[in-house]
Amino acid sequence: MLTYLIRRLLISIPLLLGILCLSFLMLKLAPGEPGVIQQDLQARATGAQRETLRQLYGLDKPIYVQFGRWLWRVIRLDFGRSYSPDGRAALDKIAERIPITLGLNVLELLIIFSVAVPLGILSATRQYSAFDKSMTLFVFVGFATPDFWLALLMMILFGVQLGWLPMSGLRSLNFEYLDFWAQVWDILSHLLLPVLVASFGGLAYLSRLMRGSLLEVVRQDYIRTARAKGLPEGDVIYKHAVRNAVIPVVTLLGMMLPGLLGGSVFIETVFAIPGMGQLFVQSAFSRDEPVLMALIVIGASLSLLGNILADVSYGLVDPRIRVSGREAR
Amino acid sequence: MTGSRPPRPKSPSAPGLLPLLVLFALLLLGACARSEPAAEPAAGEGGPAYGDTLVEASIGDISGLIPNITSDSASHEIGNLIYANLVRTDKELRLEGELAERWEISRDELTITFHLRKGVKWHDGVEVTAEDVDFTYRYMIDPRTPTAYAESFRQIRRAEVVDRYTYRVTYEKPYAPGLLSWGIWILPRHILEAPWKAGVDLRTTPQNRHPVGSGPYRFREWKTGEKVVLEANPDYFEGRPYIKRVVYRIIPDQSTIFLELKARNIDMAGLSPIQYRRQTDYPAFRKGFNRYRYLANAYAYLGFNLLDPRFQDKRVRQAMASAINKPEIIEGVLLGLGRPAVGPYKPGTWWYKENVKTYPFDPERAKALLAEAGWKDTDGDGLLDKDGQPFRFTIRTNQGNLVRQQTAEIVQRRLRAVGIDVQIHVVEWAAFINTFIRKKNFEAIILGWGLGMDPDQYDIWHSSKTGPDELNHISYKNPKVDALLEAGRRTFDEAKRKAIYGELQDVLAEEQPVVFLYVPDALPVVSARVWGVEPAPAGISYNFTKWYVPANLQRYTR
Repeated sequence: MLTYLIRRLLISIPLLLGILCLSFLMLKLAPGEPGVIQQDLQARATGAQRETLRQLYGLDKPIYVQFGRWLWRVIRLDFGRSYSPDGRAALDKIAERIPITLGLNVLELLIIFSVAVPLGILSATRQYSAFDKSMTLFVFVGFATPDFWLALLMMILFGVQLGWLPMSGLRSLNFEYLDFWAQVWDILSHLLLPVLVASFGGLAYLSRLMRGSLLEVVRQDYIRTARAKGLPEGDVIYKHAVRNAVIPVVTLLGMMLPGLLGGSVFIETVFAIPGMGQLFVQSAFSRDEPVLMALIVIGASLSLLGNILADVSYGLVDPRIRVSGREAR
Repeated sequence: MTGSRPPRPKSPSAPGLLPLLVLFALLLLGACARSEPAAEPAAGEGGPAYGDTLVEASIGDISGLIPNITSDSASHEIGNLIYANLVRTDKELRLEGELAERWEISRDELTITFHLRKGVKWHDGVEVTAEDVDFTYRYMIDPRTPTAYAESFRQIRRAEVVDRYTYRVTYEKPYAPGLLSWGIWILPRHILEAPWKAGVDLRTTPQNRHPVGSGPYRFREWKTGEKVVLEANPDYFEGRPYIKRVVYRIIPDQSTIFLELKARNIDMAGLSPIQYRRQTDYPAFRKGFNRYRYLANAYAYLGFNLLDPRFQDKRVRQAMASAINKPEIIEGVLLGLGRPAVGPYKPGTWWYKENVKTYPFDPERAKALLAEAGWKDTDGDGLLDKDGQPFRFTIRTNQGNLVRQQTAEIVQRRLRAVGIDVQIHVVEWAAFINTFIRKKNFEAIILGWGLGMDPDQYDIWHSSKTGPDELNHISYKNPKVDALLEAGRRTFDEAKRKAIYGELQDVLAEEQPVVFLYVPDALPVVSARVWGVEPAPAGISYNFTKWYVPANLQRYTR
């Protein structure tokens, strides 16, 4: 197990390097220059001023020199300062957004799993019932609904027409004057719509997966055995069937983990939530290379790590899968 | 850009002109202000009252709170409330003093002497003096300063602090736009000089995130990507502003801003033509908001690359002007909310010339002009040709501006009708500037200019400004225009300048270096509980500090 882990970690180093190299190249090959040098047309920056800026940021050097310098700094965890006019450290800009995006995504995953799994089980155990059919309908609606449309509809209904929920942002303007519980409710109510909209599609997908998986499992021999033993139906389903049926769902969870830090650009934009997705898009538009590359490095490392963890934990959860040859022998 | 609060009229337009090649969302600053009275004015009692919060939305986060070194409109708007300037423009767009009580211009028009108000305090209690003005000047001309407004300060030969309250600048040559350039935000020397001298980039100093200014509002907090909060400065030298707090919420989505506006969570915003015409014209909205409408401080144009021999013939450009139906564009794209542009200035300013040559929609005249210039359909394919080459070109415009794209489509159809084949290419902004504009790699473009408070447009039309990073990207060269632009800068005399710029407008109208398309309307709305909004040629926000919410209508009590 340990050697497997070490091997995986070692392999991921050249993989990471490759990702970084490609991302860096792509960034450099894209037309245009970092916004700081571009300054639109309103800038009265002269050619000489632009040249000074290019030198300041080392953008006048050949691309491999730029890559080498950048890599050397990244190894020491120095991602540099943002090119944007605030000139803040790239890591600071990312760090203040991580809790927001992480919180949003964790909530979203919790809702998806805590709702989708029971829904899937109920649908499977009552196959072809009215409940199952209405769930099927719900699922297809869920798949088919574009989230931007759903978001606007929900905002119009709950925000404009009924006025029950805040439509955008994280906090009310009077947040600091509220008492503790009112503050908690304030944040929750702000998160309600975005989390709901963001989970809708996943909810539909996962409940379908759960239903299918459970239907598959209940046809297995050991379920028939359990029933033949005379176990109550509840025990058959919840003790024997669900445990096995949930494995693919858990796998999916593992695959979703690296995405926890990647904000949904759409959700964050529409609901005005200052998260990672917004930062990524803004940096991309203004060619804010230090921030962009820091985001890519963090994202790539986390994805690789997530993949390793998922593989390892999958082996732990499912006794049929063992990672090294020893057990198989 | 759009949806944010309109800038106050005192935007420091470097030498009078702040050419923002941006989406037209400069919402204020307009002549011919027409306001619609609210259908049912909210009943307010007791006259002006202190208190309440005004919430506005900005589509992008601000980039910094030293506006002298930012270029986004949101930073400038907030900077305008935090910082004071030496001079500003009043409701009639005339210059008036702010930190400067008065000023004198020497007889040779080279020297301006500013006399500062006494007793004006920075938000931290230190007095504002001529030393602060001098520091701002020295910072602006420092080549390390990443600012777009240095040019007009570089025209200064000598600057001196005469005494604590007197500041004198002497220009190389008389430089009329120079006076308005002192609408620059004055920075606190006692905070910034030490880091500046130590070679620190001022963007990394606390001032850029927690500024100390001398304007009507004090900085309170800035939550990145979320909001900026300002609080009324009780010691503001023109009197404490009535509205106690101003909040800029950062909402990066246009439709969300609009929904928040409809839900009355935002008190002030700019509307698009379709929102104005179709989506806000119902009783509940009219009851909650006052809508205003006046000409924006900007115009859109169809520009040609004048290095291309086909466009060098004036008759060809005049023909294009005749072939395009401007009222049709205004009706179809702006839903009637704008008016045809005939030159590079906004109607209603003192330098605007009525009755210049215009080009009413006349396809026959366009065809005649083109024929005169040698463009005829010799092979019967419906396209004009000359020397065997059909008349075919591409109009490029930037992505994200629907109004411009739709304008391009109408222009395309009208030019096709006179036998010119036009392609449209919509390009992302960065690529648009770098690949096409700076390399002069375009045939025609549809873009707009935001206008300043001074008629000086040297940077746009002068033949010396055609470099890759300069603003005369159409490469217009005309000795007569050059001479007029130079003359216009060299005198402060309004009558003389009016005559000079009048002549300039005649030449440009005859020459049509670009086809001037339209001046759009600015369409701001302000919550009906806010009183004291008085539309004027300068727009509405020039008297922002005098706006108030009557005590019984105040919504945010803390």
